[in-house]
Parts: sequence; structure tokens; C-alpha cells
Amino acid sequence: MSGHVVSPRLYYLIFGTLMALTALTVGVAFIDLKIMNTVVALTIAVIKATLVVLFFMHVKYSTRLTWVVAASGIVWLAIMFGITFADYLSRGWVNAAQ
Amino acid sequence: MSETVHPEHAHHPALQHHFDSLEQQAEASTLGMWVFLATEIMFFGGLFLAYAIYRMWYPVAFHEGSHHLDITLGAFNTAALICSSLTMAMAVHAAQVGSRKGQIGFLIGTIILGGVFLGVKAIEYAEKFRDHLIPGHHFQWHGEANPRNVEIFYTLYFTMTGLHALHMIVGMGIMLVILWMAYRNRFSPQYYSPVEVSGLYWHFVDIIWIFLFPLLYLIGRHG
Amino acid sequence: MEPVAVAAPPNYINAEEGIFSWLLTRDHKRIALLYLFSVTFFFLMGGLFALGIRLELLTPAGDLVQADTYNRMFTAHGVIMIFFFLIPSIPAVLGNFLVPIMIGAKDLAFPRINRLSWYIDLLGAAFTLFAVVTGGVDTGWTFYPPYSTVSSHSNVLTAAVGVFITGFSSILTGFNFIVTVHRMRAPGMTWFRLPLFIWSMYATSLIMVLGTPVVAITLVMAFVDRAFGFGFFDPSRGGDPVLFQHLFWFYSHPAVYIMVLPGMAVMSELIAAFARKNIFGYSFVAFSSLAIAILGFLVWGHHLFVSSQSVYAGMIFSILSFFVAIPSAVKVFNWTATLYKGSISWDAPMLYALGFIGLFTIGGLTGLFLATLAVDVHVHDTYFVVAHFHYIMVGGTTLAYLGGLHYWFPKMFGKMYPEGWARFAALVTFVGFNLTFFPQFIVGYMGMPRRYYAYVDEFQVWNVLSTAGATILGAGYLIPMVYFVWAFKYGKDAGPNPWGAKGLEWTIPSPPPTSNFEETPVITEGAYAYTEGRLEVV
Repeated sequence: MSGHVVSPRLYYLIFGTLMALTALTVGVAFIDLKIMNTVVALTIAVIKATLVVLFFMHVKYSTRLTWVVAASGIVWLAIMFGITFADYLSRGWVNAAQ
Repeated sequence: MSETVHPEHAHHPALQHHFDSLEQQAEASTLGMWVFLATEIMFFGGLFLAYAIYRMWYPVAFHEGSHHLDITLGAFNTAALICSSLTMAMAVHAAQVGSRKGQIGFLIGTIILGGVFLGVKAIEYAEKFRDHLIPGHHFQWHGEANPRNVEIFYTLYFTMTGLHALHMIVGMGIMLVILWMAYRNRFSPQYYSPVEVSGLYWHFVDIIWIFLFPLLYLIGRHG
Repeated sequence: MEPVAVAAPPNYINAEEGIFSWLLTRDHKRIALLYLFSVTFFFLMGGLFALGIRLELLTPAGDLVQADTYNRMFTAHGVIMIFFFLIPSIPAVLGNFLVPIMIGAKDLAFPRINRLSWYIDLLGAAFTLFAVVTGGVDTGWTFYPPYSTVSSHSNVLTAAVGVFITGFSSILTGFNFIVTVHRMRAPGMTWFRLPLFIWSMYATSLIMVLGTPVVAITLVMAFVDRAFGFGFFDPSRGGDPVLFQHLFWFYSHPAVYIMVLPGMAVMSELIAAFARKNIFGYSFVAFSSLAIAILGFLVWGHHLFVSSQSVYAGMIFSILSFFVAIPSAVKVFNWTATLYKGSISWDAPMLYALGFIGLFTIGGLTGLFLATLAVDVHVHDTYFVVAHFHYIMVGGTTLAYLGGLHYWFPKMFGKMYPEGWARFAALVTFVGFNLTFFPQFIVGYMGMPRRYYAYVDEFQVWNVLSTAGATILGAGYLIPMVYFVWAFKYGKDAGPNPWGAKGLEWTIPSPPPTSNFEETPVITEGAYAYTEGRLEVV
């Protein structure tokens, strides 16, 4: 099998980063940033997820097809979110226009 | 129209008859698991969509409901799962370099950490039950927000973490099978794709929690 | 001199004997036949409920059954036909049989998961049929809350579990096909040498994999609403019933492409074989399959035009629904262009294929009327909609399925079916179909609502015509069932290539051996490399 062997040192480094980011996201939650709280929390979550996907799940060392499959799940989720929110956000616009 | 070619015959016992090589078989397994994970993204995605809509509608209720969750237990569980992802990645590494002891040790570590996570979840659920926070006829809320809307928060909390926990339980089952196979020395640097592929599943379940934790536990912790 | 008995060469049918060799098989061809049995059974069940519906609608008054019973009948018809016939039929029967052979492989990537798919399908069916026979479900196949989650006194939970389970059968089939097509093509089988059947099956699999999980989670949410009193979709608990519709139709609209793309897959093969020509515009047809799969995910809100979805979202969905018609039209144009100056034979599969072109076009065009927001306000929930989707599902998918069964019957069983009877049945089906469903366009446009067991007197003549047509259509379906069974035992022996067609499946014996190819083929030419004149029939 031609799997790429990642060094344990890199795994521990990623692990440390993930723990630090977790501490960060908990800490930031106690600071009042209004709307940015959600943005920061989600950004940190996306970074953590990306680290897990790239290094623990080896996508960084995988074929382009693997990358496309992983990305397509996210793209499809975005489609579902995006167009559904087009409905929810524009409800009541007709009344507002009147 | 076509010539014929003699297929290469690899004699590895794990090679299935319809594949030409272990490499092709491993690539198929990995691709298959990724396709499955794409389906899981869409599966959980429906719940995340519901969460997004209802949080947009009921910000105060979500604020209060989230505040009531135990952040220490939530953060602890997040750390436990991240540790388990590390041990899982190390287990795959051990298989790649042919270390049977490493495989067994790290897989046991993964299973234990998964069990810890589920144990903490059980404690949390028991607390919710005691506090009448299970949605349905017995739900009670004594805060300022509309109880009906806080109930939606807890509906999402239980459905999302419950579905996640179910996936963890399945994951633990898979890990036990892989552990047994590792114990029986089935894996080698030439053939370790079951470990790799189970690891992909495990990491994915960790990623779901990485999103669940801030969305459920960290709303409105300030003030 | 007495004829010397020649033992039949080993093939996938006689390779092993005994019921367990079939029930525990890994062979994709045997699994295809297992599905053939179950799919046929469910088709007959769904058809029985259709008969009940059409009998009730012979008269304007609700006099055959009670209204509540009628609700359970059309729900059963819809649930069984959609989830247990239309979605699995072509992929699980023809797809399972042909995908590995057409790409030069010995089996699918995951044979045991293929077998598991069938058992999951049966398990889901068991739950669903249990729900049906122990009182039924009265919500319509669409299960809309809050009626389904709060008020309905029927077996919603059991049916929801059944459909949920069956969804995994679909997901696993799609996942198997995707990995197989990516990783198991024979040497030289580049993407653009693949038969168009494979392109369409691949596109179908993409939809199965990305869409089905969403209806699965939707059913979970409806289940917990009903079973535990959760409030996802219940307004009295702060939920939104329209959210259910968004999530449900996010899958169920692409699901109709899961149902029609395999029909289109069969169509490309039939048209090429019976016009003895390369499909005109091969790459356009190939890419149109992918376009249908992708665009099909963007239009679900056209089912919510009158459900209090925002009118702006409605406009977006309306425009996107117009776009999704384009790749389907591309296919119809290309098939027609293939026929031009082709060497046409009028065998039964070709009759079904020609029927598909006409009927699918009518169904597709009426879809454009429905996509037009302003028109839909008037015809939504009328028989116009019912006629539209039956033109596609029956006039399209079912005709393609029958055409495919006829075309590949000699390959699957090594026998020829009786061509005269087959042509007759095809004509009966065509006449019966149009008589059943064309009046429904008329009566729907006149305002007859769907899912009602009674209607005003002026609609009766159309309903009587429709029921008469349904009887003829039923006969058209039964005739092949009889002669297929007959032909399996007594039909003339068919050689490897009775149609003189191009395709890897026609280079191997009929029926094929278990491992399909003695040696892995190496592909050196495209899929439909027909030359002048008819290939010698072997």
C-alpha cells in the first residue's frame, strides 16, 4: 500500500494546536463581542476541523478525488443552507415593502 | 474490439477476488469511506440547518438554554475526543509501521477515551432529566425566555448530541472489531486499510463534536 | 441418431445450487435477480392500490370506500411505488447486473455491501408493509407535519422507520456504483469510452449519496416530534412545518431524478442499439446527466410555491426549475438526432424507447407549466400535477425499465422472449398509459383536486376514461410478466449477441459466467463504434 506515513511528531503538534484552540474558544466565549462571538467560535471550529481533515484524516496527502469528495459534501451543505435561508431571510419582505 | 490481459495475482490473504491488487482494494475502501462521510455531512447537516434557523428566530431562548449547559463537562468532553483522535491517528501510524503493540495500545486508548465521553454524556443527560429539560410533556423552564422556544433549543441539543452519541457507540463497536483484528496480527505495512478507514470515521465523529460544542455550549457565556 | 445431451456451460445461474447460494451470494448478477423479484412484487402491490384509487374515482361520489380509507390507499400507492419500485428498479436490477460488465470488471467494488443493500431494502419494506396492512398511513407519501406528527391516527412512526431504513439501501447502492466506476474500470476504459448507461448511473448515484441522507434526518426529526413530543415542526411548540417541507423536498425533488436518470441510461443504450448508430453528441449526453444531477438539487422549492415560502425564494426556485429542463431537453434532442438516418429496427425495446421519447417530452414540458410560479398557484394539488409526474414516472421510467428488461433479457437468461407478444404488449401499454393519464391533465386543469375521493359531476367522463385506461395499462404490464416466465423455461436459446449490438456485455456468453470475463478486457475504442451495416448476429 502506498499510504503516506505521517510522523508522530506532526500528530502531536496538531493535537497541541487543537487543544489550544479549544481553550481559546472557551475563553473568548466569556468576552462580550456581540455578533462576533458566533463568528469567532465558528471560525475556530472550522480551523480545528480543517486540521483534523488535512492531517489526522490525511487529506493533505490524498488524491484529488478524495479532496473533491470531501469538498462536495461541504458544498452541498452550503447549497442546502444557502437557498433555504433565501426563503427564511426574505419572508416578510412583501409586508415590509407595503 | 479488445485484447485480453492476464491479471496480476497477488496472493495476500486479504485480497478479495474481484480486485486486481491490494492497492486497488485499499483505494476503493478509502474512497468508499469518504463517500460515506459525505453522506454523513448531509445527514447531520439537516440538524445544523434546523439549528441555524431556530437560533435566528429565538436568540434569547438559545442564549438562556445554552447558558444552562455545563461548560466544564462540555469542554472536558471536547478535550477527550481530541485526545481520542490523536490516539486513533497514532494507531493508524502503528499499523503503517507494523507495530502490533502500538496498534493495540493506541486502539485501547481510543476506546477508553470514547467511553469516557459517553460516560460524561450520560451524566449530563441524567442531570437534564432531573431538571425537567427533556422536551415533551414534562418540559419545564423557569427562566425569562419563552419556555416554548427554550424547548426548541433543548430539542436540538438532545437530537444533535444524541445522534452524535449513537455514532460514537457505533464507532466504539468498530474499534473493538479493529482491536481484535490487530490483536490477531491481521495488519501490516502492506495491508492496514481497515484501520485507516475506521480512523476516518472516528475523526469525522470528532469533527461533528467540534462544531456541536461551541454551537450548543458557548452561546452567551458572557454577561 | 439421438441428440447428444450437452451440459450447459457454467454460468452465474447454474454455478451453485440451493436457495442459500442465492440468498448469501456476492455475485452482482444474482443480487440483481433478487432485486428483480422484490421490485416486481412491490410494483404489483403498488398497482393494486392504484386499482383501488381508480375504482373509487369511477363515480363522483365517495361510495366505494370511506374518505379515511381512500387517504390510506393513495398514501400506500405513493410510498410503495416511489420507495420500493421507482427508486430501486433500474439501478438495483439493471444497474447491478450491468455496471461491472460494462466497465470490464468482475464485480462491484463492495459485493457484500451490495447484498446488504438488498436485505436492508427488505427490512425497510417489512416495516412499511406492516404499517400498511395494520391500518395504513393517511398523510400522503409526503408525510407533512403537523398533521403527520401531531394529529394523524395512523401508523406514521412505523412507516417513517421503514422508509428511513430503505434509504440506506439506496445510499449503499449509489456508494457502490461511485467507487466501482472510479476504481474498477478495465484498462483502456477512459471516461469518454464509457457507455452512456454508466454516466447516467453515476449521476444517479451522486444524487442517492448526497440527497438521501437529508430525507433520512428529516424522518428522524418527524419521528422524535411524533414519538416524544419534540417540537421541530410543530407550531404550537415553536417549530416550523415549512422547515419539514424544505428538508423533505431537498431530497425528494432530486429523488425524481434518481427515478428518471436510470431511465435515460437505458434509453441511450436502446437508441444506439436499435438505430445501429453512435449516440449523437455523446459528450453532451454524458455531461447532461451530471447537469441534471447538480441542477436537480437547486429547485426543490417549486414544491413549496403555495406553502408560505417567501415569494422571492419562489421566484429563484422558479427560474432554476426552468434551467433544469435544459439538460433533459439536450438528451431528447440527441436521441432524436441519433435516430435520423439510423438503421432502425422495430423490436420491442425500441418501441418502449420511442414511447419514452414522446411521453417524457410531454411530461417534461408540463413540468415547465408547473415551474411557472403564477400557473402553479392554480394547478398545484390538482390532477394536472398528478398527470405530469405520471407521464415522467410511468411514461418515462417504467417504459424504460420494461424496454431495458426486454433488451437485456437474453443476456440475463440466455433465452429470447417472444417478440410478437412483446410488441403487442408495448402497444397495449402505450395506449393504456395515454388513456389513463391524458384525461388527468384535462380534469386537473379544470380544477379537480388530487387526493380527494369525490369530485363534481362534470369531471366524471374524464375519470371514467382514466380508469378504463388503467385497466388496459394493467393488462399491458401483466402480459410481459407471463411471457418472461414462459421464455425463461421455453424460450429460444439466445447467443452472446442476439441484437448485433456494441457493448462489452454482448461480448460475453448469455447467461454470463460468474466472473463475467475470462480475462480482463483491454478497451481500444468508444462505446458505440457501429460501422455500416448490421453486425452479424451471434
